[in-house]
Amino acid sequence: MLDVNWARTVFPPGALDDPTSVGLTSAHTVTLADESSPFRLDTGEFIAPVDVEYETYGTLSAARDNVVLVVHALSGDAHVAGWDYDAIQTGRKWRLRKPGWWDTVVGPGKPLDTRKFFVICANVLGSCYGTTGPGSPHPRTGKPYGLSFPMVTVGDWVNLQARLLDHLGIERILAVVGGSLGGQQVIEWMMAYPDRVEKAIVLAASAKLSAQGLAFNAVGRQTIMSDPNFNGGNYYGGPVPAQGLSAARMLAHITYLSDAAMDMKFGRRYRNKTKPDFDFGIEFEVESYLAYQGQSFVERFDANSYLYITRAMDYYDAAERWGGGNLVEACSRVTADTMVVSFSSDWLYPPAQCRELAAAFCQCGKPVTYIEVPSSYGHDAFLVETEIVGKLLADFLAREPKR
Amino acid sequence: MSRTPYEWEDRLVALLLRHAAEGEAIHEKLARLVDILEAEEKALGRVTGKAPEKEGEQRYDHRLIEQHIPDGASVLDLGCGAGTLLSRLIQAKRVRGQGVEIDSAKVLECVANGVPVFQTNLDHGLGMFPDQSFDFVVLEKTVQTLNRPLPVLQEMVRVGKQGIVTFPNFGHWQMRLDLALNGRMPVTRAFPYEWYESPNIRPLTLNDFDACVQCQGMRIVEGHAVVGNTVRPLELDDNLFAEEVMLIIEKAA
Repeated sequence: MLDVNWARTVFPPGALDDPTSVGLTSAHTVTLADESSPFRLDTGEFIAPVDVEYETYGTLSAARDNVVLVVHALSGDAHVAGWDYDAIQTGRKWRLRKPGWWDTVVGPGKPLDTRKFFVICANVLGSCYGTTGPGSPHPRTGKPYGLSFPMVTVGDWVNLQARLLDHLGIERILAVVGGSLGGQQVIEWMMAYPDRVEKAIVLAASAKLSAQGLAFNAVGRQTIMSDPNFNGGNYYGGPVPAQGLSAARMLAHITYLSDAAMDMKFGRRYRNKTKPDFDFGIEFEVESYLAYQGQSFVERFDANSYLYITRAMDYYDAAERWGGGNLVEACSRVTADTMVVSFSSDWLYPPAQCRELAAAFCQCGKPVTYIEVPSSYGHDAFLVETEIVGKLLADFLAREPKR
Repeated sequence: MSRTPYEWEDRLVALLLRHAAEGEAIHEKLARLVDILEAEEKALGRVTGKAPEKEGEQRYDHRLIEQHIPDGASVLDLGCGAGTLLSRLIQAKRVRGQGVEIDSAKVLECVANGVPVFQTNLDHGLGMFPDQSFDFVVLEKTVQTLNRPLPVLQEMVRVGKQGIVTFPNFGHWQMRLDLALNGRMPVTRAFPYEWYESPNIRPLTLNDFDACVQCQGMRIVEGHAVVGNTVRPLELDDNLFAEEVMLIIEKAA
């Protein structure tokens, strides 16, 4: 039983009284693979055991036909909405200050309305939020995997999510929704399991990352691996490669914003002063912001997980996986009603590349919805433009399924 | 500042009274001409000043397009707006429908109306749609707003087996008289905008369109005209009497 009175003392005042919030949440963990039924990875390797942490909101209908699967992005987790009751126990104290990462969209009366839908989100394989990852103990040594953790792919994530649905007795999902790397999981879902998906919503994502995107990821990983504390990935129990991970996050954050967004938010303003100090400390607002983002990321993320997940992002190419390099061929597998949403100032997954995915549907004669939302927030827009994104989600889910 | 449609008649009278001497003769002649044109139009079914459809009723052009499209056909609607036509066709005729629209607000309405829509600028081409991949490609009251209408018309008959084009006819007699006598761009029911705010950057007449499709290697296989309150098959003098037209085009054999 959740002790609500105690919870009131740890979460912000009023947080638990918001009728549009899912309220207190508590994640589930399930072992989906063990020695007797190991999980086969795309690389051909097997891994066991595999634990998956997931959260659910709302109630599964008797017909089991109201499931919305939310898939998270690079640094995301299964905690989509509400207030994590276990935040102190699991050492995820930042969750005491903030609700789940998509709390604006998931909840009673919100676009992914938990009075109607049964919303599920699972932490991906290789991450560091309860699902097996490089920080988990290696079954033979009992010590953390580190870089001996096998390489995982977007395909592996989706296969594991499918295994989770099997475990929950859910055959078909009403919709799968995600942005960025989550959007790529949506693409993988509709191609790998066309019979299990009714509607698919891809936000700010394309069928593959561009060369520029690969380049940013490469620099991010380099900064981690060249941190003196990195030690070939064996840093658990000692000082972590904080500088490297922080710098990687700072770099990544630049790609999540846009020129205009940065200018609007920070301009060239100095940090708490009007004149420069003529040194290499934090001089500008924008430096201070990035440094803060970097530091707070170190508190909540594992450097090895960052390496594995960005690698999975690099490797993903839907056309290669499902169409022998031909995206139209790959899309011809899809039976889900599909909506692709891009954001005008996104330069990580630019509109032209998102549009290419939608155009491939047209090429193979399938109805598709493609929208370019005008926004100056860059890639982050898919999380920031909640009014438009929320309306699109609610309207698209309200549409009669074709069946 | 907006003008009332058809105010040219009053202006004309004022002009003629100022030039009373010979004006009376001209006035009589012109008044006679207007009488003839109005009588002709009445004979063709016109009831003046009344829109072809009332609030809430289905638009006449939608009705007409719907009649032309068989059950289960595939329809691409270029410049589909809020998706009203496609929504109707998807429900009533179970068509495979796809809309194309440039305006962000309208695209959101399409999603709300359950219509698949691809947000893009028609002037950037329709390269994502393969040859002959739709039974019908609809271009409704849009051809006169395009920067480059010819490539769009070409794309219509490439992507679709038939194109359905509707547009307001700038050749209608009221338009002609308004420009001739007032010397200003006509503001009418079919062309309700001042020149500086009009989306209709390429006003055209029925005969213009006819000549154009011929030299583009297409042909008009069927046509309908809106004359006042009625819609009827196209007739020879409709360049003068049709307020709006609906034309079915194909690639010339």
